[in-house]
Order: sequence, then structure tokens, then C-alpha cells
Amino acid sequence: MFYSSFSERPKFLDPARSYSANEWAFISQVYEPPLQYHFLKRPYELIPLTAKGMPELLLFDEQGQRLPSDADPSRVAHSEYRVRISPGIRYQPHPAFARTADDAYRYWPLGEDELEGRHTLDDFPYRDTRELTAHDYVYQIKRLAVPGNHSPVAGLMGEHIAGFNDFGEQAKAEQERDRSGDRMWTDLRALEMSGVSVLDRYTYSIRLKGMYPQFIYWLAMNFFAPMPWEAERFYAQPGMAERNITLNWYPVGTGPFMLAENNPNLRMVLAKNPNFHGEVFPAEGTREDREAGMLDDAGQPLPFIEKAVYSLEKEAIPRWNKFLQGYYDNSGIASDSFDQAIQIGASGEANLTPEMQRKGIKLDTAVETSVFYMGFNMHDPVVGGESADVIEIERARKLRQAIAIAIDWEEFISIFNNGRGEPAQGPLPPGIFGNRSGEAGLNPVVYRWENGRAVRRSVEEARQLLEEAGYPGGVDPETGNALVLYYDTALSGPGSKSLLQWYVNQFKKLGIQLVVRSTDYNRFQEKMLKGTAQLFSWGWNADYPDPENFLFLLYGPNSKMEHHGENAANFVHPEYDRLFERMKNMPNGPARQEVIDQMVDILREESPWLFGYFPKGFSLHHAWYRNALPHLMANNTLKYKRIDGGLRAGAQKDWNRPVLWPMVLLGLLLLVSVIPAIRDFRARERSRAR
Amino acid sequence: MMAYIVRRTLYAIPILIGVNLLTFLLFFVVNSPDDMARMHLGAKRVTDQAIEQWKVERGYDKPLVFNLEAEGLGQVTDTIFFDKSLRLFAFDFGQSDSGRNIGHDIGQRMWPSLAIAIPIMLVGLLVNITFSLLLAFFRGTYLDFWGVVLCVAMMSISGLFYIIGGQVLLGKLLNLFPISGYDIGAHAWKFLVLPVIIGVVSSIGSGSRWYRTLFLEEINKDFVRSARAKGLSEQRVLIGHVLRNALIPILTGVVVVLPTLFMGSLLLESFFGVPGLGSYTIDAINRQDFAIVRAMVFLGAVLYILGLLLTDISYTIADPRVRLE
Repeated sequence: MFYSSFSERPKFLDPARSYSANEWAFISQVYEPPLQYHFLKRPYELIPLTAKGMPELLLFDEQGQRLPSDADPSRVAHSEYRVRISPGIRYQPHPAFARTADDAYRYWPLGEDELEGRHTLDDFPYRDTRELTAHDYVYQIKRLAVPGNHSPVAGLMGEHIAGFNDFGEQAKAEQERDRSGDRMWTDLRALEMSGVSVLDRYTYSIRLKGMYPQFIYWLAMNFFAPMPWEAERFYAQPGMAERNITLNWYPVGTGPFMLAENNPNLRMVLAKNPNFHGEVFPAEGTREDREAGMLDDAGQPLPFIEKAVYSLEKEAIPRWNKFLQGYYDNSGIASDSFDQAIQIGASGEANLTPEMQRKGIKLDTAVETSVFYMGFNMHDPVVGGESADVIEIERARKLRQAIAIAIDWEEFISIFNNGRGEPAQGPLPPGIFGNRSGEAGLNPVVYRWENGRAVRRSVEEARQLLEEAGYPGGVDPETGNALVLYYDTALSGPGSKSLLQWYVNQFKKLGIQLVVRSTDYNRFQEKMLKGTAQLFSWGWNADYPDPENFLFLLYGPNSKMEHHGENAANFVHPEYDRLFERMKNMPNGPARQEVIDQMVDILREESPWLFGYFPKGFSLHHAWYRNALPHLMANNTLKYKRIDGGLRAGAQKDWNRPVLWPMVLLGLLLLVSVIPAIRDFRARERSRAR
Repeated sequence: MMAYIVRRTLYAIPILIGVNLLTFLLFFVVNSPDDMARMHLGAKRVTDQAIEQWKVERGYDKPLVFNLEAEGLGQVTDTIFFDKSLRLFAFDFGQSDSGRNIGHDIGQRMWPSLAIAIPIMLVGLLVNITFSLLLAFFRGTYLDFWGVVLCVAMMSISGLFYIIGGQVLLGKLLNLFPISGYDIGAHAWKFLVLPVIIGVVSSIGSGSRWYRTLFLEEINKDFVRSARAKGLSEQRVLIGHVLRNALIPILTGVVVVLPTLFMGSLLLESFFGVPGLGSYTIDAINRQDFAIVRAMVFLGAVLYILGLLLTDISYTIADPRVRLE
């Protein structure tokens, strides 16, 4: 058994819709896309999961002629991924597959009276399974296109998968027709998506417009996990949604676990899937993995855990205390508990406190594949210099550079993140191809290299830049007063006051007055969409370990204001955009690195972002929790975890012996305090009336 | 009395319409249907088409309260307000914006709330009445003085302190109870003891002081003096006469909260991981789930009105002189 907690109820468990880490923590153990990440190898490497091998990539020109795999991307009109899955994989037991003796579906069609008294999936006692086929993968891709399923990747996939958008329209019309005829389920098998086809029982192909090399990473995400049509039809029956029996609540997959209990207001329980096709612990890893004993389980069948129980803990204090009592096997570290758990050494390294060490608790740290940045709205005339006037553009750039120097992210990380972060030298976090470390990765606009480390340029240099920008001493020549800039944020309330004041103080170093415009998240989003914000903070968490997934955040055609894309700074730079279009189709290698270097240089020079920092994740686990290697890309890692139940039971007993004497003492004290009262009462009872 | 109940029930209708309208206006002043769609669809890669589709599916593409494009009655009925609010009066809460059946969720979550709220209320009532009777009994002595001081001190401490302090002291340091959690069946009691103790202890200060005041007011009345003159013991005077006559204000406080007990306690449930209704509304506000917000506010209003009605009825039971007309 594995015990852990979650703090927020997952909203969506439907693989077409789910896109949050807290949801994927569950469904990634249930659903199996064709590919997965190798658990131990770094840099992250994709390997087959249900696929028999890595997908075959075929390139075609405009005439439909096959092209060699190293063809010039401009010649590629279509690319096709052919995925062959392993035969013999079976779904978890599920009522949607259950059949009667005469081979009819037991739970389809169900009348309203047959649903009487059924409130959860457990109320359908008959269960069965069937073999996974290529049709199920194709069915799921079709589900992504159905507008009613609200898949967050529908827009993106519509740009790449041939026939995706047309299929969405067709499915919508079909659904409307079905609904008007009282049919709640539209059989997507009957509708064709031109870009997706089943080649045989175990092989399917996905045809993309042009080239999209990053598509392979999507094949390792739950969006591309298989969906049996029987399940969708089962849940779509009238009366099911009213009883909260939906696909969004009860996933059905082929993975090592199945969701045995889903009560996200209390707990969620994953139990071993008896039909799991089997997988073994990887035998390849780094030298560090071998030294850490990670390869001790090599070749052992997965999963190791029979059941995983996740309890809802909304508050950090009880969650932390229960971890210390040994009732949870792992834990993050909240700010309140940081000093109790971690002590920072003389050279800045994080170590566990003696109390944690005594309990045998282990610490894992990893720089996340995320970036937190402060952005300038490049459409703003003051900070963006959006005009044809070269002098204005130059002034704005120097202003941005000066601010980039002045904002001390090292201090920010130390004060507000307990040191859990790494100042960013560019948009690419460590672990992502294109990130350079050391002097080669230095942002020369903000830092200089001294004594083997990056040292932030002085505030004097920033002031000099500010003067060159036309704001000597931070004074706006038009008003004769301090230059006023506006920081838009959704942060408000006493909890954020110190953070916002810190930002104000950073700008004050340059003589600039920063006005914080706090608003609610809705208004903030609106400002970002309309491009009326001036400065803002934002973050991005990688979908996949490719530089494209970060560099697209500054690609002109992705601008938030004009195209509602993810380029929140509305940065448009023709050279950068040209390089991006080239880079995105290149394989990792020196040539791609060179292009990325040029792009990052442009970003440093133009400074549309203050690169901020890459958050560092700290997590703790007990000695009985094995194979706790953090993996920032994979979510299906529960199958690799091992628990030493005996060690845990012993520790729980030792650490949690009831202490009764204070209660006995309290009882005695109460008793003693009552004696004078009883004496007083008796005296009053015996006294004469006055 | 029947006529009185019917009249009060009819009074409730305009109140509930007003509550509904106010909730609706307040909610949509802060959140537009676009904001709600964005919140539900997530922050990443949301397209304008997806937002439109979400609104159409849930009926949030209509005008808020007045439809200029419609004709006749449709100007009022073809609106978000009418669509979402009318069926509440039939206690049909419909589905949440995330697709869950609200009535089913309320039915499921009210029991854990009640499992904590009822013991807290009953034990709390017993403890507070006993303690305040003792204070009244020992009035004017050092026990009364220090008892009142203790009550004032306990009133002054935040509820959050009791929760965290109780969890750390009784759960973590003394290991007497689980720090948090919830279960159903035979093991449920061990998870309930600590929140109930904390709920009761945190209410002692204010409850006992209030009841002590009520008892002291009664204790100086003529009928108490007569009871004493009859030679009744002080215990019998207190329990048989003082307590009985102080019941009306106590009932006012207790009965009015009876129906709302199942709405749960936000703090207790959050800290103890109890899957009750306490955080249902707050979570819905944070998720901008208007369907749940309106349902819970409506239900809260209904229960409050019901509580007041029950209070009035309880007066007739506690004091036969009271007549409802």
C-alpha cells in the first residue's frame, strides 16, 4: 500500500480533457498512450509503452511521393506517424464490456428503471474486458476533435492533424442530429477523419500537415491514450450523468492501476489492474542511478504497489504533521515547514535538518522544467516602443535592459522561495535541449562572468542604461517626475503585500515608481487578452522536453493580444520568428543548438521578458519509499515505486505511542479545583437562611 | 398555528426570489460567462471557439436578465437568470458547470457535515449549560470569577488556534487521536472525536457566558425566591425552575441553527479533511461554478427561514403561554 495526499480535487479525469498535473497524477496510472518516458535516462527519452516500437515517420511531398527522412522541411507537404501497438493488451475489468450469456451487452441499453439504486460504478457488479486495438486510439483522437469534449489541445491538433477540424464540424452536426432524436451517444466510429486511419487491428496512422517533429511527444500524453467506444456509449446512457456516473469520474484504461475509489472530497484509491499487460523495471540508467540503488529492481515485474491511497488534505499543517507521523509516504515542503525540514549549508546547498535525518527522511531536489518570468507588453509605447521610430524602440529596449539588471531574482528566490529556484539566464530551463550552463549560458545583458560564476551587473550600470533610454535618474522628461510604470497582477490581499512591495523596491533602485494594479484573475486575464497591461508576471510549465515548447512563447504569430496565443508579451521580431520556424523542425544537434543560441541572444538583447527563475522542486519521502526518483516529464511513475510495509508499520508504532499522563494530570487538577467548590456548596446548603 | 406556518411560508417566496436575484447580480458583477468558461476550460491553449461552445452548452450565451432580441414573455424567460433560477423553487438544483449532479453531491456531503455538527451541538449544549449552571450556582465566589475570566479568554482566541493547537497537542504530541481524516462505518468515531472536542471547547467561552447571563437573570426573579422559600434544594431550583424558564432564549439560539447544521463548518472540515458541505460553496466560488453557488445560497436561505419558523414553533412548546397567530 502507498499512502499520499492531494490538496485539490481533480476536475477532469477524461483523457481528452484533463490537462493539469493534479489530474494526470491519477489518470496517467490508468490510461496508456502509445509512448512513455524512460524512467531513469536523462536527458528524457521516449520509449514505447503500448506501442511495439517507436512510431515510424514517413514524409511525403505535395504529389504524395515518399521523401527521405532527412528531406528539407520545406518540401514536406505531409508527414505520417505509423504506430503499431502490442497485441494481447487488455482493458481493466469494466461494466461497459460485460456481456450476457447470449453475447449481448449486459449494461447497454439500460432503462431508467434498471438504473434505480445504482449510484456508483460499483453498483454494476458484472465486469469484463476486451483486447486493446488500434481502433481505440483512433477513437480517442476523434474524441479530441469533438467540440463538446472541450479538449484543450483541439485547437493545436486542428493546426496539425489533417482533417481534424472538418471532423469536429461533422461530429458536432451529427451530435446535434442524434440529440434531437433523443440519442445521447454519437458513434464516432462511423465518421471518418481523413488524417487518421486504422491500418490493421494493431496499427494506425496519423497524418500531419507539413512537419511537426514535436508531435511525437504528444503521443506520450494522455490525450492520445486509447478510449474503448463501449465505455463512452455506456456512460452516455440516459440517467448516468444525473447519477454522476461519467467518463470524467470513472476512467477506463489498460494501465497498471485502475481507479477503485473516486471520492475526491475524501480519498482516491488506485488498485492494481488484474489485467495489466506487464512491464519490467528498466535496466538502463546513469551511474548515479546505479549508486543510488535504482537499478536493484531492474527486470522486476511492475507495478510493485498493490494499492495507492490518496487522501484529501486541504491544509498544509495537518498534511505535514501526518507525514512526520509516517502516515504519508511522501510530502512536498510548504513554506511554513521549510525551516523545520531543510537547513541551507554554507555553500548554499540544501540539507535535511537533524530531526528529519533522525527519522530517515530523504530529500529529492530537481530544477523543474518550468519558467517564471516578468514580461513587458511589447505593444505598450513606453516599455515596448511599439512604433516605427527607431529611437523610440531603442529607448524602450534600454529601459527594459535596465530593469532586467535591477530586479534581483537571486534575492527574490531567497526571500520568497526559500532558495528553491535557479535564476534564469534565458527562457530554456536546465534539462531542455538548448539550455547552456556556465559561462556559455550567461546572459551578458544582465550578468558578467567573474571568478567562475555569474554576477549580476551593478545598479549603476542599470542607471547608465536608463539614462541612455532618456530617463536620467528614473525621471520622465515629459513630466519631470519619476517615470511611472504599471505592474498588473492577480495577487492581492495581505499575503501578497510583501511580494508586491519587493517589486516596488526593485524599481525604486532606478528611481522608477512602480504602481501595482491588483485585480482579480478574471480582469487580469482580460487585460492580457486586450494587451492593456504594461508589466506582468507569468509562468510556463513544459508540455514536453523540447525547446520549441518554450521558445514558442515568444513567437510572433502566437501573440496573446492579436491571436490569443501564449505569447503574453506580444513580442514580434521577424528574425526571431524566422529562426523559430527553422528550429522547430530540426533534430537536436549542433545545428539546432546554433539556431537556438541565436534566438536566445535576440531575446536577451531585446529583453521582452525578465527571465526570472526556474523553480526547484523539493520533495521528501520516508526511508520505506523506494525508487523515488523525480521525473519532471513522466506522470505514470507510480508503477516504479516500492514500499517496505514492515519498516513503515514499525516506524508508525514507534513514532506514535499515545502519551496519557498529561490527560491524567489534567483530570487530577480539575478534581482538586472542584474540592473547594464542593466544600463551599455544602457550607452554603447547611447555613441558615439570611 | 397552521395558518401562521402557511403565512410564513408564503412570505418566504419573495425573500427567496430576492436572495436569488441578489446572488445572481453579485456573481455576474464579478464573473462574466467568458471568465467562467476560461476558468472551467483551464489556462492553457484555450481557443475562442472552445469558450463559445462552453457557453452555448450551458446556456450562458443568453442575456443575463433581459433579452432584447426576444419577444413577449421570452424577453424575461429566455435569459440566464430565468433558466438557472426558476427550477430551484422545485428544489431541482440541476448540474454543476463541471457536469456533476448538485442534488446528489449535496445528499452525499451533508452526512459527514452532520456527523460532526450534531455531536458538537449536542455535547456543546450539554457542556455549556452545565458549566454556566455551575457558574450561576457559585455566583459571586472565586469559582464564578475565574470561570468568567476563563470564558472571556476562551472567547478571545481564534477558532483556527483551537484547531491547529488541538491537532498539534492531542494529535501530534500526545498521539491520542488521528490528526485529520474521515471514514465511514465502525472506524468513523476515532476521526470524529478530535474535531468534536475542538468544536465543543471552542464554543465554551461564548456559550457559557451567554447562558450564565440568562440564568443569572432568572435566578433573581420572584418565582425562584418562592421556590427556595418552599425549601427546594438549590440544585432543584436551578434545574427545575431557572433552567426551564431560561429555555426560550436558549431555544432561539439553538433551533435557528438546527437546519443549517448540515451546511457544515468550513474551517473544521478543511483542517480535518471531512468531506462535508463546509467547503462546497467556497470551492464553487473559487471555481466560478455559478450553478453550485446559486444552489447553495438558495438552500442556505431556505434553511434559515425554516430555522426561524422552527424557533417560533419551539416557543409554543417551551412556554405554553406563547400562541402563534
